[in-house]
Amino acid sequence: MEFSSKHRGADVPHRKSTAQMESSILPPPGQVILPMQQHAGAPCKPLVKIGDEVLVGQKIADSDAFIGAPIHASISGKVSAIKKLMLPGGQYSEAVVIDSDGEMKVSPEVQPPVIKSPEDLVKAARESGLVGLGGAGFPTHVKLNVPKDKKLDTLIINAAECEPYITADNREVLENTQSIFDGISVVRHMLKIDRVILAIEDNKPNGIQKLKELADSEKNAEGSVHILTLPSRYPQGAEKVLVKACTDREIPMGKLPADVGCLVMNVTSVAFLADYIKTGMPLIKKRVTIDGSAIQKPQNVIVPIGTKIGDVIQFCGGYRAEPKKLLMGGPMMGLSLPDDSFPILKQNNGILAFDEREARMNKPTSCIRCGRCVNGCPMRLIPTQLERYSNAKDIEKLQEYDVMDCIECGCCAFNCPANRPLVQAIRLGKALVKAGGKH
Amino acid sequence: MAEKMIVSSSPHIKSGITTRKIMLDVIIALIPAAIASVILFGPKALLLIAVSVASCVLSEYISRKVMKRENTIDDLSAVVTGLLLAFNVPVGVSPFIVLFGGVVAIVVVKQMFGGIGQNFVNPALTARIILMSSFPSEMSTWNKPFYYMQTTADAITTASPLGILKEGTNGTMPTLLNMFVGVRAGCLGETCAVALILGGIYLVCRKIISPMIPMCYIGTVAVLSLISGRNVAFDILAGGLLLGAIFMATDYATSPITFKGKIVYAVGAGIITMLIRIFGQLPEGVSFSIILMNIMVPHIERLTRPRAFGKERVVNEG
Repeated sequence: MEFSSKHRGADVPHRKSTAQMESSILPPPGQVILPMQQHAGAPCKPLVKIGDEVLVGQKIADSDAFIGAPIHASISGKVSAIKKLMLPGGQYSEAVVIDSDGEMKVSPEVQPPVIKSPEDLVKAARESGLVGLGGAGFPTHVKLNVPKDKKLDTLIINAAECEPYITADNREVLENTQSIFDGISVVRHMLKIDRVILAIEDNKPNGIQKLKELADSEKNAEGSVHILTLPSRYPQGAEKVLVKACTDREIPMGKLPADVGCLVMNVTSVAFLADYIKTGMPLIKKRVTIDGSAIQKPQNVIVPIGTKIGDVIQFCGGYRAEPKKLLMGGPMMGLSLPDDSFPILKQNNGILAFDEREARMNKPTSCIRCGRCVNGCPMRLIPTQLERYSNAKDIEKLQEYDVMDCIECGCCAFNCPANRPLVQAIRLGKALVKAGGKH
Repeated sequence: MAEKMIVSSSPHIKSGITTRKIMLDVIIALIPAAIASVILFGPKALLLIAVSVASCVLSEYISRKVMKRENTIDDLSAVVTGLLLAFNVPVGVSPFIVLFGGVVAIVVVKQMFGGIGQNFVNPALTARIILMSSFPSEMSTWNKPFYYMQTTADAITTASPLGILKEGTNGTMPTLLNMFVGVRAGCLGETCAVALILGGIYLVCRKIISPMIPMCYIGTVAVLSLISGRNVAFDILAGGLLLGAIFMATDYATSPITFKGKIVYAVGAGIITMLIRIFGQLPEGVSFSIILMNIMVPHIERLTRPRAFGKERVVNEG
């Protein structure tokens, strides 16, 4: 007997105060900054040069690599600079800066694709620039390009949205419901997947109701969509945890959902796919939740990708208190930014600004071996041991204790009464293994 | 934005639980037994508790200072050790013995191994064993409950229930009801079963301890008592079993952090307790069994690591 996965994780606060508010639309900003790395995989190379005129939806960067996704202009105007930019993860990327002409002229490149085969779908997904909008940013066309030897039987749509504060997917469910079902329909038809499970946490009752209503009326020859309500327990939306909760299948270490017959797509991603097939407009805007104790008017805002965070926060009434921490993403897994001049990226679903009180962290004290990190770990690792081996740079032990299997969900550090920087140490441990370890 | 932002690793929010809050809950859970000890054994019990807590806190403060380390008395763990140490001595001992016990527990057992979470045996229990070897007669002289209210010239000392059983000497066995409410000879905090169980329920409800350790420990004792034809209720209520199983065997630093490990550890402690009670020279075995299992913890943990997610399992095609 051991703790089952449903008892693991963490009781994080929800703080989803923006869930009931209609999304606002940001007026086109005067400038956008488009980094060449907005996805997992190889960075793009700019297809434009300084001084070029660009139009909305025009492809401005692409990559030859299989794992990569093109980037499109989100406003019309002139390329004013191509500069180096430090990404929140610390690595550098080139970025194309576009100054708006204020006209939002749409490019003639924007044409609805024709989807007749699975290959067409993969190609369309790539051309749309779509990446996993849940936060990971994995190019969608790579997922849809299922290897011949893998048989998929379940499509899982991830609407769990387990991070505190973030309600962007929740609003997508309420505001763009039909597109979700249209997207599901295309994917299941093209990839011939029988079973579709749309997983959502039980703290979103109005979303669940709306989905169930539409699921009932959408029943057709291709089969129904099963709306699965999951308990609100972080990290319910983490891919491995979600696949287990939906199908009771455990993705083996170092493998992907496809290895257990599943395809997992974020709910906003699948709705975007349907919208792209309808209009041909690539991924140039994104709904982001702007919240946190330092924000004047928390809300969801639909913004052109590349808009500076500061511009979006100004739109939300600016800061109500001196911001001490700025996060890209949720508070459990988000990255902290040095200032608000950084742009919104494709896979962004939230920007949080914390005031001094909310940003304050207690100093770490000695581990008391209470075991809360062990009980909470959804991957059943022993975070306190990993921290010790990481600090000792013991690569052999780090591997023996499966450091690479950590999903960095943060449950261990969230639950730690001694404020140990467990996730930070584990990240360092992973880097040590990658640099010097054998696999 | 004039000032720079804080840039740090995720997660950016915390549950709010701290070491201090955990220790405060343990102190709250120990209060019923402390009150019971004062009722049963009089104001001297209160004095011994006060001396023990003061000795532990002061030892912690001074030893950290001498070692030029951060002061840690505000995590309240020294207070917990002080309470538990006082609970593990008979009311007849001199306050100086308790004072010495506190220094041993904190300086030798806890701080010399690195402080909180680093000691490999339970400080209060180890101090008790050292006191038992250093002051054998004081540490095994038991006053009758309510002796302090006694007006006749009768003897105020008696034998402990386990002592009576072991020696087979004269002395009347307390009734089970008296043992349940604590009216029997014994260490300060170990006699009142109902107070200890209340404290245990509080700790489980507050999710401070897992019920696995006390349940497996007491369960093992009960099963072995039954097999060997002893009185099961007596074996559970006598000696320091409830105090040990609920408050000492569950000490974070010296018990396994893995779920299966907790079971192995608790069952092991139960077996050793009963082996000592049945075959040993000593009447009581709780302290030694917990200390012995404390030493086994690193090995138990190594052998009971949970199977990591997705490791070595055939994929379920369900």
